[in-house]
Amino acid sequence: MEERIIGQVNRVNGPVIEAAGVSDAMMLELVRVGEVRLVGEIIKLAGDRAIIQVYEDTTGIAPGDNIFGSGSPLFVELGPGLIGTIYDGIQRPLERILKLSGNFIERGIRTPSLDREKKWLFRPAELAVGAEVSGGAVIGTVQETERVEQRILLPPDVKGTLKSLAVEGQYTVEETVALVETESGERGIAMMQRWPIRTPRPVAERLPVNRPLITGQRVIDTLFPVARGGAVAIPGGFGTGKTMIQHAIAKWCDAEIIVYIGCGERGNEMTDVLSEFPKLIDPRTGGSLMERTVLIANTSNMPVSAREASIYTGVTLAEYYRDQGFDVAVMADSTSRWAEALRELSGRMEEMPAEEGFPAYLPTRIAEFYERAGAMTTLAGQNGSVSIIGAVSPPGGDFSEPVTQHTKRFVRCFWALDRQLANARHYPAISWLESYSEYLDEVTPWWEQAVGSSWTSDRSEILELLHREVRLQQVVKLVGPDALPDSQRFIIEVCTLFKNAFLQQNAFDDIDRYSTAEKQTRMLQIILTYWRRGAEAIRRGMTLVRLRRMKVLQDIVKMKFTIDNEDLGALDKLAARLERSLDQLEAIYEE
Amino acid sequence: MKSRSSPEDLEAAQKRLLAGREYIGVDRIEGPLVFVRNTHPVGYRDLAECVDSKGETRLGIVLDTSTETVVLQIFAGTSGLTMPETHVRFRGEPHTVQVSERMLGRVFNGLGRPIDGGPSPAGGEELDVNGRPINPTAREYPRDFIQTGISAIDGMNTLIRGQKLPIFSGNGLPHNTLAAQVARQARIRGQESRFAVVFAAMGVKHDVARFFIDSFEQSGVLENVALFLSLADDPSIERLITPRTALTLAEYLAFSRDMHVLVIMTDMSNYCEALREVSTIRGEIPSRKGYPGYLYSDLAEIYERSGMLKGFPGSITQMPILTMPNDDISHPIPDLTGYITEGQIVFEREMHARGIYPPVAGLPSLSRLMKDGIGEGMTREDHPHLASQLFAAYSYVKDVRNLASVIGEEELTPLDHQYLEFGETFERKFVSQSKTEDRTIEETLELGWRSLSLLAVEELHRVSEEEIEKYYRP
Repeated sequence: MEERIIGQVNRVNGPVIEAAGVSDAMMLELVRVGEVRLVGEIIKLAGDRAIIQVYEDTTGIAPGDNIFGSGSPLFVELGPGLIGTIYDGIQRPLERILKLSGNFIERGIRTPSLDREKKWLFRPAELAVGAEVSGGAVIGTVQETERVEQRILLPPDVKGTLKSLAVEGQYTVEETVALVETESGERGIAMMQRWPIRTPRPVAERLPVNRPLITGQRVIDTLFPVARGGAVAIPGGFGTGKTMIQHAIAKWCDAEIIVYIGCGERGNEMTDVLSEFPKLIDPRTGGSLMERTVLIANTSNMPVSAREASIYTGVTLAEYYRDQGFDVAVMADSTSRWAEALRELSGRMEEMPAEEGFPAYLPTRIAEFYERAGAMTTLAGQNGSVSIIGAVSPPGGDFSEPVTQHTKRFVRCFWALDRQLANARHYPAISWLESYSEYLDEVTPWWEQAVGSSWTSDRSEILELLHREVRLQQVVKLVGPDALPDSQRFIIEVCTLFKNAFLQQNAFDDIDRYSTAEKQTRMLQIILTYWRRGAEAIRRGMTLVRLRRMKVLQDIVKMKFTIDNEDLGALDKLAARLERSLDQLEAIYEE
Repeated sequence: MKSRSSPEDLEAAQKRLLAGREYIGVDRIEGPLVFVRNTHPVGYRDLAECVDSKGETRLGIVLDTSTETVVLQIFAGTSGLTMPETHVRFRGEPHTVQVSERMLGRVFNGLGRPIDGGPSPAGGEELDVNGRPINPTAREYPRDFIQTGISAIDGMNTLIRGQKLPIFSGNGLPHNTLAAQVARQARIRGQESRFAVVFAAMGVKHDVARFFIDSFEQSGVLENVALFLSLADDPSIERLITPRTALTLAEYLAFSRDMHVLVIMTDMSNYCEALREVSTIRGEIPSRKGYPGYLYSDLAEIYERSGMLKGFPGSITQMPILTMPNDDISHPIPDLTGYITEGQIVFEREMHARGIYPPVAGLPSLSRLMKDGIGEGMTREDHPHLASQLFAAYSYVKDVRNLASVIGEEELTPLDHQYLEFGETFERKFVSQSKTEDRTIEETLELGWRSLSLLAVEELHRVSEEEIEKYYRP
């Protein structure tokens, strides 16, 4: 694209630059600043002045430096080669940057997001020349990784008659693979297309959500399920395990594509993902987990304005795969850093702050972001979804702060992390009192069909027990456990068992790191059997001590580690052993 | 005939010319900030020199630049500057510092100038103090266990080479003693490697600096230590540059000289206060408790300058110390630090009062990198489970103690009594040790099992049967 000078720098204040002498700039236009060509974006226009946020360190930029306009908004490149790549906040491939500038990131690096040299095997779709085609239509496929077959889509704004379609063969992302006669003339279509990050990609229709995203984390799937196409917030103070949960979901959930956005977080965490994911095997396909993952990394020491963009970059990539009919899950860790980037930029622009220095448009931005989640019918008539799982880092772990509060308004699922649980190393530290999921009703039919119709009642029974236990614990805190009758102490007993055996999940254990829906259900049923029959026995005079002494309980506590996901028979045997042990105990009492 | 100069030469010549240009008289002086009007175009964050009426040069950097006014932040403070007699020169380049291996064994101020009476160390490289972000793909994930000889750290919150693990302390607690002990005892088992300590003091008292120097001297490591001191009576603004100067040297030693560098920075709270001071004077919109909204990014620029790089043998391990104002862990300084660093060692005043050294609080302390650096082949195979079991049991002890304070110890169940006894032994025998005691990891784990052995075997859910068989000795 033709570069033109659109004005000169007038003032530099951190990542915010004021430009003067601006005549033909466009709002949200991608610009480059100074001779080093730092990437920036125009975010305000007033008279001959423009405010530009710069995505790189502005050291050395001086008044009078030229500003170059690109004529287009900040966009991402979409096409084969995204999967398995780690990008920075404005989609520059970090591995290429490493080759170009060494271990430390230099400024003003220009490198294409998608490899221009690499050739991909393009297989044309069965489309007749002369067919009427429109945006979103699948014109061919490329095997991007072993498990992802990327569908090459017509850009959404194209509509016309297909004049030619390339034969099967090797093409680069820029080579023309189709010609479409549109109203405004003939248009060559390459495998790569561009899309501005701040605009949601169009779809045919928004669908109601109805399938759960199985994350493999028991506390989530069983107690607070999220739907495919849903939006979740995970708030928690530092050290409560937000990143651990995000990693666990990214590894084991049953989405087909994962977009992981490390937004203002630690460098070593991204390195961890980069070194671990390729080694992990996806239990569903047998391929490496990296073969379905795209990473966006804007670590906390990288420029703050690129942090603001990283969230949009990530979700646009997710939408692109959704448009091909995939179920995509986006992990955004952490959206608070993104909100803080907004605050910092807003402060530098001397805007009037609302709560705690955050700009008044914070809720709007949060809403816009989470609304890009959803289950959709694509333009080509397929179904795809984007689920967004956003971590929130409230200052001091206080959920009443603006980012948590506003996020709560726009998500329907809330996994509150609890400091007390984390301190006791109860992970995942998702609080069963504060968390909720509004997707429950939508996903219930799927669960009942998959694991049986008692799922709903089982789930509410255990949840009710957990709530009763909290009240009992308050009594215990005042008078000690001995003051309670056995029937009530048994509730505490069962809840302790449930916490140890079910809710706690060890992300580093080869078996426990994820549980299938079936395994989760059986585990829950075993614990409920203990509760129902134990409570009944106590009513008939059995002592708690005898119940607790049953040998089988030791095995129940350890079933999460010892019984493999596929080995449902072992769980059935364990359930039978529990029944027998209870039978024996009762027999003594009946005599 | 002289050949024509190329455009690059011209540009360089012009730059030199502008760097030589001197502005006499400034427009406004406010706190550490100096405002100069009508200058040539000056680059953001460029280095500036301010010469006062006595001819002394003070360094500063450009905080804000526009066609009308340039705002300078003067590290040595502005006291004694007059508006008409101050001369300002803009160097046209970012703030750099000369770093070399010869800086080890020496004492500098926050800007890297020697204050021990010796000459400026020669050689080395001239590097930008702000550094550049490390490319995440260039990082090597840290996995090497550092034995500090301190059970509360090695056993429960293991330090890993390349980690950033701060100490959250309070006034009057022995954080300096612990940091000095770590610096003395830290080693990688079975490996001899070149190590160095870079020590940055920000706004601490002379006694504290003295304590560290003495401690390094006594253990004979002083020639491997570079000290950057910006003490309590130095201009507060110098604290802003001190950690950056120190980390520039650390990066040089680690990645150009293949050394393992431990960086101790104390006290980060003073650094943050200096940042707030500048922010307030500039009239920026504050976020929490008056601290600027960019405190997180600013701290991250410091803390993220640690770690290891692929293909480089060296490493930077950071141990920042901060005193929590009013012992409040939710105060913005510890809070934001905790979000950036890879865990935290939290001190507890109550344990200190009971005479336990180091008073490391069991539950809020955490090492995020521990999981990948312990276990078979690194420490010992039972370490992960043992630590997890100790955490779980100790967490229950806390509950029992709360209960006991309400209903009285006599009313507790026998099981709860067992836990109380475990808690006492854990704190007195495992956590507590002398200020010179250097325990091996085996000794630490042994002490851990000895405390656990006070509990009934049914209570141990997180250790395996084999481990119980091997190490549990009731």
